[in-house]
Amino acid sequence: MAKHESNEAFFWILFSAGGMLAALFIPVQLFLFGLAFPLGWLHPPTYDNLMSLVRMPLVRIYLFVLCSLPLFHWAHRFRYTLYDGLKVKHLNEVIFVLCYGGATLGTIVAAYLLWTIR
Amino acid sequence: MPVALQATIKPPVQYTEFHPRWYRPKVSVYWWLGERHYFKFIVRELSSVFVAIFVIETLLLINALRTGPDAYAQFLQLMQNPLVIVLNIVSLFFVVFHTITWFNLAPSATPVRMGGKRLPDAMIAGPAYLAWVAISAFICWLVLR
Repeated sequence: MAKHESNEAFFWILFSAGGMLAALFIPVQLFLFGLAFPLGWLHPPTYDNLMSLVRMPLVRIYLFVLCSLPLFHWAHRFRYTLYDGLKVKHLNEVIFVLCYGGATLGTIVAAYLLWTIR
Repeated sequence: MPVALQATIKPPVQYTEFHPRWYRPKVSVYWWLGERHYFKFIVRELSSVFVAIFVIETLLLINALRTGPDAYAQFLQLMQNPLVIVLNIVSLFFVVFHTITWFNLAPSATPVRMGGKRLPDAMIAGPAYLAWVAISAFICWLVLR
């Protein structure tokens, strides 16, 4: 039982750290790359300009954390939405594996992509 | 035995080995549609789906940068697809909703006490909003310069 509780705390820290990152950083980036650039309100940065940013180690660490933690935030919330909202309690274990498995997979993909940028 | 007496004697209680069923009133799957607060709760929780979609788009962008200038141009073109734009408008609504509800909940989640008194909610939520504005401005400057 004690082990179970400590697991919950661990996942909750991932959830809240991801929620904070998502709250602070995602709206502006989504606005720029999802609306302002595609709709021509602002000029998108050139490939070379973005690459000079992404080559900086600090920017890569930032992008890695920005991809990973919000995915764990999603995993936590989505799991409980299915559990409480749609009341799919009998699939609890499957949902747990899919949500946290998805977040882990996304983390690995982010690490791989950022690591192999030249 | 007289009939009148027979009626007053209860039959012996039957015990079974099975646990009795709990009383649980049935709740509809759509329980959250009826009341504004419940609906807001579910919308807030569903915002996480759009957070995940943003991460997928970011991974696509990183992969495009990694591949080369042509892939980056293709990524920009993909973002111009009307369906993707509609998705991103909806996403932006949900993500901003997440930000606002997140900041407004922070004082309840982490109450700060100073001098025996609880700090007013605005003293915790306020700086979070200021940080949001500052970070957004900084990222705009970084990307657009």
